[in-house]
Amino acid sequence: MKKNSWVNVAFQSGALILAFLISTLLLVAAGAPPFKAYAAILKGAFGSVNNLEYVLLSWSPLLLTTAGVLITFSAGMWNIGVEGQMTLGAIFTTWILRLLQDSSLPPGLIIFLGILAGVIGGAFWAGLAGALKTFGGVNEIFGGLGLNFVSTALTIYLVFGPWKRPGVGSMSGTQPFDRTLWLQGFPNMELSPWALGLSILVVVLVYFLLRGTHFGLRLKAVGKNMKAAYLMGVPTWQYSMFAFLLCGAFVGLAGAIQVTAVYHRLLPNISGGYGFLGLLVAMLINYQAIWAAPVAFFFAILNTGSIQLQIVYKLASSFSGVLQSLLVLLVLLGEGMRQRLLKKL
Amino acid sequence: MDVELRDIHKTFGAVHANVGINLKVPAGTIQGILGENGAGKSTVMKVLSGFIRADKGEILLDGRVVSIHSPADAIRQGIGMLHQDPLDFPPLRIIENFILGRPGSLFPNRTAAIRDFKRLADQFGFQIDPESYVDSLTVGERQQLEILRLLWLGARILIFDEPTTGISASQKENLFAALRLLAGQGKTILFVSHKLEDVEGLCHRIAVLRQGYLVGETQPPYQIEKLVEMMFGRIISLDGRNPCGGGEASLSLRNLSVEDYRLKVQNVSLDMCCGEVIGLAGMEGSGQGLFLRSVAGLLRSVGGRILLKSKDLTGRSYHVFKSHGVAFLPAARLEEGLAAGFNLTEHFVLAEEAHGFFINWEKSKELAQKRIADFNIHGTPISTVESLSGGNQQRALLALLREPLNLLLLEHPTRGLDIESTIYIWSKLKERCRQGTSILFISSDLEEILQYSDRVMVFFSGRVTPPQEAIGMTSEMLGQLIGGKGWPEPKSGKSI
Repeated sequence: MKKNSWVNVAFQSGALILAFLISTLLLVAAGAPPFKAYAAILKGAFGSVNNLEYVLLSWSPLLLTTAGVLITFSAGMWNIGVEGQMTLGAIFTTWILRLLQDSSLPPGLIIFLGILAGVIGGAFWAGLAGALKTFGGVNEIFGGLGLNFVSTALTIYLVFGPWKRPGVGSMSGTQPFDRTLWLQGFPNMELSPWALGLSILVVVLVYFLLRGTHFGLRLKAVGKNMKAAYLMGVPTWQYSMFAFLLCGAFVGLAGAIQVTAVYHRLLPNISGGYGFLGLLVAMLINYQAIWAAPVAFFFAILNTGSIQLQIVYKLASSFSGVLQSLLVLLVLLGEGMRQRLLKKL
Repeated sequence: MDVELRDIHKTFGAVHANVGINLKVPAGTIQGILGENGAGKSTVMKVLSGFIRADKGEILLDGRVVSIHSPADAIRQGIGMLHQDPLDFPPLRIIENFILGRPGSLFPNRTAAIRDFKRLADQFGFQIDPESYVDSLTVGERQQLEILRLLWLGARILIFDEPTTGISASQKENLFAALRLLAGQGKTILFVSHKLEDVEGLCHRIAVLRQGYLVGETQPPYQIEKLVEMMFGRIISLDGRNPCGGGEASLSLRNLSVEDYRLKVQNVSLDMCCGEVIGLAGMEGSGQGLFLRSVAGLLRSVGGRILLKSKDLTGRSYHVFKSHGVAFLPAARLEEGLAAGFNLTEHFVLAEEAHGFFINWEKSKELAQKRIADFNIHGTPISTVESLSGGNQQRALLALLREPLNLLLLEHPTRGLDIESTIYIWSKLKERCRQGTSILFISSDLEEILQYSDRVMVFFSGRVTPPQEAIGMTSEMLGQLIGGKGWPEPKSGKSI
């Protein structure tokens, strides 16, 4: 047992080192001095209070999407539809804010209702994917993918159609909301303690849910063996549906936060890839909720820091995406190799 | 081809699965390999067939040392193995399966393959249509397909791992006839089993394994007591019957009918008393599976009523049945009964009634520890279920059952288990009966049916006998009914 855990560590470190080596080679190939580039990423992430703020702004939605997909993964499902669920959260939030912005309700209440609507919107979209799976026999990967496209189309339609800015619609999104409807940030910052606090709370919640509750254990039982779970008395389809709804709620919250705390409007591609990135984080940590926060933080550092690469070395800022994907691929590869090796032993 | 194993050692972690196995089998022999579960039979056969590599030791074919690194290597050397679960591809056609393992060109010659297939099949009197699909075959027919495939690939040594598990009596006869024919052609047969009657009637020689050691070899005439003693290291006697207590009916069926796309079971009526055991005999797929699952509420009946302690549960789901004290244990333990990846503690927590929102892991571990001791499971609270042997998985399933139960429904409760585990499982089941639980169980082992049932129902392609007292029945009578003999003529001209 002990020996095995050492083998695990060896393989994972090997994968990390390999990912680092390959990215270094890529940097060299792109004509950037690699170590200076890494330093630039770190500087871009931690160089100033402002930079750190951006890291945390990126961390918060990533925490939520990771927490969400951890729930559906535990129930044995690939919720590829997270992007669309986050988008629907943003749409629902925008909708309620637009509806109530001219009312006499206190702004705090409007924001609260807007965020609640986002949570419901995300859950609704996930519920659709779940219902397609549970009652229609549509694989959740196909259902989710389809719904992602629908959500993108819906956003574009709203931004250029009914919700377009006065005059002409543009890719920069709907008319920004009045400052009173912005989720309060730290002094002189966009970063909202509410958003950050809620995200951390959700991750902690998911950790305890999966680790120490009957609910979490049953959810995992459904994921591991649906037939056995049913025979042991777990109402299986209800649990599958609930996993989707819960994931959708968390991811919808991420969409709501992007609207109320970050962009203050609806824009095309408001999900910003955080849904897929959340899936990557969940895969990288092998569905162990305890690692969600640190790994998501690391990804946020890469996201934010690599913007410097563009500024300093004229490298595409998508380099962070390359690095993140390399990490996931190589760690998964390392895991595969480890299992092959252990089988042989 | 002569086979010789010399000083084969294999360890898995702390377990010494094979300790210095030496065995010589001349060509044309049917060699029985006997031993209880976990004795190391499968390990040594997997070493020979290239699935795993020995830590130490040599394999000699016709006196020549060979090295075997993979199953493909093995078949090139002429060694083929039939696994307990056939390794085939159910969605494919039989002929496609047949061709699959064959090295060769990109475009296999299908016509020639079909010709070869038919020629081989005729030799053994196997009747399989090469153009039909594998998932339409019975377990026995899938074995036949696998035998033909291995022969076609040039196998001269054939290893059979528990081949009589899950096949009917007549299929077993066909299999044994084929094996004798193969031996007559000079092929070497290694027959792995824990069933005494199988090896006794078939094998030219028997080698017995116990706890990794080859403890002895014998030749006919066999002495059963001696074989049992070699297998277990001591003599075990079988328990007696436990007569029915009488009293209030626990389960009543009124003209219950159930069907699927190929089979109808109609108008079954039955009253079971508390603590009664009824065995359901029949060839696999004769309707007993449908019947049992409908009594569990897993399959909706199409007519009739199901009453449990006079409460009508017709049409309700399994979870409602469960809340009324019904439990169903599937034959496919790891596929349907247990969740691979979960440890024993997690299973016990799942199966128990949940108290509160949070799990008390400390308490749960204690409970697991206690159940593990009570049910003599070889494992720890943190052992994952897939790491347990078949017998221990079955014990774990029994340990998961809640107390008290009104009705216990079992599919093949002791399939694949050795005698000691079988006796243990039944002692636990009979303990339940004494507490008032009624048991309905399916088995393809006639001895088991006759030994443990109070009454017996026989199924034959959807037809069912009324329950009959097991006392006074013989396995010959049962065997005839199972095979479709001795049934009254159907009243109407309805054919199934």
